[in-house]
Amino acid sequence: MSDIADRVKKIVVEHLGVEEDKVSDSASFIDDLGADSLDTVELVMAFEEEFGIEIPDDAAENIQTFGDAVKFIEDAQ
Amino acid sequence: MSNSLLAGKRGLIMGLANDKSIAWGVARACAEAGAELAFSYQGEALKKRVGPLAGQLGSDVVIECDVADEASIDGLFAELRERWGRLDFLVHAIGFSDKNELRGRYVDTTRANFATSMDISVYSFTAVVQRAEKMMGPGGACLTLTYYGAEKVMPHYNVMGVAKAALEASVRYLAEDLGKDGIRVNAISAGPIKTLAASGIGDFRYIMKWNEYNSPLRRNVTIDDVGRSALYLVSDLGSGVTGETHHVDAGYHVVGMKAVDAPDITKG
Repeated sequence: MSDIADRVKKIVVEHLGVEEDKVSDSASFIDDLGADSLDTVELVMAFEEEFGIEIPDDAAENIQTFGDAVKFIEDAQ
Repeated sequence: MSNSLLAGKRGLIMGLANDKSIAWGVARACAEAGAELAFSYQGEALKKRVGPLAGQLGSDVVIECDVADEASIDGLFAELRERWGRLDFLVHAIGFSDKNELRGRYVDTTRANFATSMDISVYSFTAVVQRAEKMMGPGGACLTLTYYGAEKVMPHYNVMGVAKAALEASVRYLAEDLGKDGIRVNAISAGPIKTLAASGIGDFRYIMKWNEYNSPLRRNVTIDDVGRSALYLVSDLGSGVTGETHHVDAGYHVVGMKAVDAPDITKG
């Protein structure tokens, strides 16, 4: 697993309080990891801070799963 | 920075969302100064965030309140009265607008969102001060949060700028009404801070960069900067101050043009 994926996973595990092995590529933040609508905004803010990037609203709306987040951040680096 | 400026005082904090919230910076500063705090929240998603934060500051007074609903506001103050009897200070950090209208042109604001933005961001302060007044004595203090977009045009701030202008005007009228009873009403105009609410504003990162490069202090402000100034305004340090909009913005509001040493930046 890439360094980016590790860092994203750490944020997700800490923020949502879920088990690390639940955070698979296809895991949906809302449907599988119990995130509410504020969590999704907070996660995006945490990703922006961790990686020093900007995630525009329309992109943020498409980040539904852990895999989506990793891919977006890898592409943005 | 522990002190006893608010020892024995009781304050209500409205509008806490998470540990990035301006309300959190204010609550922390007040708790460090010895205040006993109560918190209001709206809805389950916020309850689960506000509860633990209140706990960190030794508070278990966490009460639901929807400021759009008169009965809900009455309920909040009835419960506070039952638990505390009196209230020394109130911090209102609440605003709302449809985020689709916090980008693009102000002129396109809808009537419905104009009304909602004014109701939640402006009237709610008057509504809570109305109730708080009855629980406060001389020395009581009410504080709300505003932004420079009330005074000058800021990109994307749109209807919130109009609402904040009305909020600042209402601070002056409330100050007059409550001043006779020794209760003060002020606002802090905070520089841009990356909060949950700010995530709804277009090009926010660009706005923050611009402020950092062009404010006299050459930095952005933090929730702790706002907290310390709030402490001054709600404690006896601010005993002669009312009706004021106090800028906590690293001085940005005095600037007339781009700083010569500020880098040219483009929207990222």
